[in-house]
Amino acid sequence: MARVVVDVMLKPEILDPQGQAIAQALPRLGFGGVADVRAGKHFVLDVDDDVSEQAVREIADTLLANPVIEDFEVRAE
Amino acid sequence: MTFKIESHNHPSYVEPYQGAATGVGGIVRDILTMGARPVAVMDSLRFGRIDAPDTARVLPGVVAGIGGYGNCLGLPNVGGEVYFDDSYAGNPLVNALCVGVMRTDGIKLAKADGPGNHVVLFGARTGGDGIGGASVLASATFDDDGKPAKRPSVQVGDPFTEKLLIECCLAIFAADLVVGIQDLGAAGLSCAITELASAGDVGMRVRLDVVPLRDSSLAPEEILMSESQERMCAVVEPEKLARVLELCERWGVTATAIGEVTDTGRVDIGWHNEQIADLPPRSVAHDGPIYDRPIRRPDDLDALQADSPAVLRRPSTVDELRETLLRMISAPNLAGKRWVTDQYDRYVQGNTALAHPHDAGVIRIDESTGLGVAVATDGNGRYCRLDPYVGAQLALAEAYRNVAACGSRPVAVTDCLNFGSPEDPTVMWQFAETVQGLADGCVELGTPVTGGNVSFYNQTGSTPINPTPVIGMLGVIADVANRVRIGWPEGCRLLLLGSTRDEFGGSEWAWHVHGHLGGRPPTVDLAAERALADVLVGAADAGLLRAAHDLSDGGLAQALVESAIAGCVGASVRLPGDPFVALFSESAARAVVAVDPAEEAAFGDLCAGAGVVCTVLGETGGSMLTVDGVFDVSLDELRAAHKSPLPARFD
Repeated sequence: MARVVVDVMLKPEILDPQGQAIAQALPRLGFGGVADVRAGKHFVLDVDDDVSEQAVREIADTLLANPVIEDFEVRAE
Repeated sequence: MTFKIESHNHPSYVEPYQGAATGVGGIVRDILTMGARPVAVMDSLRFGRIDAPDTARVLPGVVAGIGGYGNCLGLPNVGGEVYFDDSYAGNPLVNALCVGVMRTDGIKLAKADGPGNHVVLFGARTGGDGIGGASVLASATFDDDGKPAKRPSVQVGDPFTEKLLIECCLAIFAADLVVGIQDLGAAGLSCAITELASAGDVGMRVRLDVVPLRDSSLAPEEILMSESQERMCAVVEPEKLARVLELCERWGVTATAIGEVTDTGRVDIGWHNEQIADLPPRSVAHDGPIYDRPIRRPDDLDALQADSPAVLRRPSTVDELRETLLRMISAPNLAGKRWVTDQYDRYVQGNTALAHPHDAGVIRIDESTGLGVAVATDGNGRYCRLDPYVGAQLALAEAYRNVAACGSRPVAVTDCLNFGSPEDPTVMWQFAETVQGLADGCVELGTPVTGGNVSFYNQTGSTPINPTPVIGMLGVIADVANRVRIGWPEGCRLLLLGSTRDEFGGSEWAWHVHGHLGGRPPTVDLAAERALADVLVGAADAGLLRAAHDLSDGGLAQALVESAIAGCVGASVRLPGDPFVALFSESAARAVVAVDPAEEAAFGDLCAGAGVVCTVLGETGGSMLTVDGVFDVSLDELRAAHKSPLPARFD
């Protein structure tokens, strides 16, 4: 068993309402100095040893991310 | 009232959720920019075959997007349509309608006036999304200097920002702080400023470097073309600017004065110390190219119209008729659409008097008098394929009938005309016929068309969609307490209004059972539609209608089943003439009504006076739908057949 992590983020130019809501809430809660926030999704997959990185990329591209508006990164842990 | 329907077809195919969501956002801003408070939305949807793999991607995304955006805004979604047909496989149609309420003296115009006035951009910050969504810039590449290689043309909506924008705009309107206002839609800021300037016959000086950006790497031409959502552009007198900015801040809306109105007659766009553009606004906003496109009647139309459905095998035995009934009410186009409408909030704001599955959505707009409006959308691509002139009038007539069946007087039309490529002469012919049909029909029915939009290039390769004009009809009802539902109470007399002919061209029966599309669509008789509407509205006003349902796709059988399921009350019916024709013909200008037996004579007089044929069908009651000498089916069996197809496919 190997552990693979997939991070999915909205593409930089795409509007991120969730991140904006967090960024606007921070000063209200007394946290200063944060210029911008982008929110994303973090997936942890436990996969058999014979599952290739390419296969995980396919999983990410098909299901975990929406490639029209999101980018993803795959890394082994 | 103000209302409009608009397409968001292509974006909804690329990215169903965001495409459909921003379609709702766009039409809501169109209504808002008139100075009106949006009060209800509605969506007319068309997809490929229900069992096509791509439909499983597109439909759930579109429905979730409409629900997600509309529900967050707190706008009830009160109806619409869902159709499936091969011709929409690569070209789903997502047509969004919005209704708004305003005082007639509060109309805001999209017009800049008064040199020296400020141009204020407010709402969301401008990002790189949607560039080229409606333009040619999409083909440009940006990779040489480290900028993103390709900007997506998908816009992402933020309904909470839109909600703030709505309330902020309404506060600004209430304080009478703007000279003119326009929302930013296709082609973004470039379109908004040139249209504002052109409409007011003035010039405008705008500085792009002060536009608030989400992405600081944007080039000036990208700022001009960005289709970032939830933005508005207003023209404000200097002494009112501070008040506008203050109201925007109160609602958490970013607002920036980006320029001013001038008397030069030219739009001057600057970026830091550089002039980006200097041109007369009319050249962009109004002096578009005028096309003279060739028109040709499709070569295959004669063969198509000659291919009469009369040759199709009809059910002859009582068993076959019963089986046909169950098969028809579970056809994807006729089956219950609650899987879709249950994802929409239909009752938020507490003014919804009727919503799906009734003939039209009814919204109360005045709590003290009960005054309300009814809205329905209709369209039938198959009828229009067979005869676009007649098909367009049938769609118009059906929407008219739907609104009248709820007890409201139809008063105005908005239309969304969905077609293939206008460069194809046969598509252009369909378009020309449709527009003529609508124009003639609206004159006959006395319903002006207040607006709408045209969506071309809905085709895959060289195959266009069936021509699909979608008609939105607005009706007025004096008191929504008198609205008429489709479900029957027990113990009513069931009457059929209108004449039934043997008409199966383009019918759901021919299509679903035989895969056949040919012949002529049903006859249009707009005088009969008017007479029918007079009876329906007059009877509703007089309190004579216990229920009413218009007849359209699937004919009498479909209407009886929908009414029985909606009211959980069965009926016993005697059919006039040939049972198959009586049950499944799609003749127009018909409705089924339920009246109290004691009031049958008064209702009969009303029909006679209007010249509407009224045939007694039977009585309501019990838990079976019984058709004398043909079949009886329990409501449970009908409900199971009617409700299951969509959940079975998409759950």
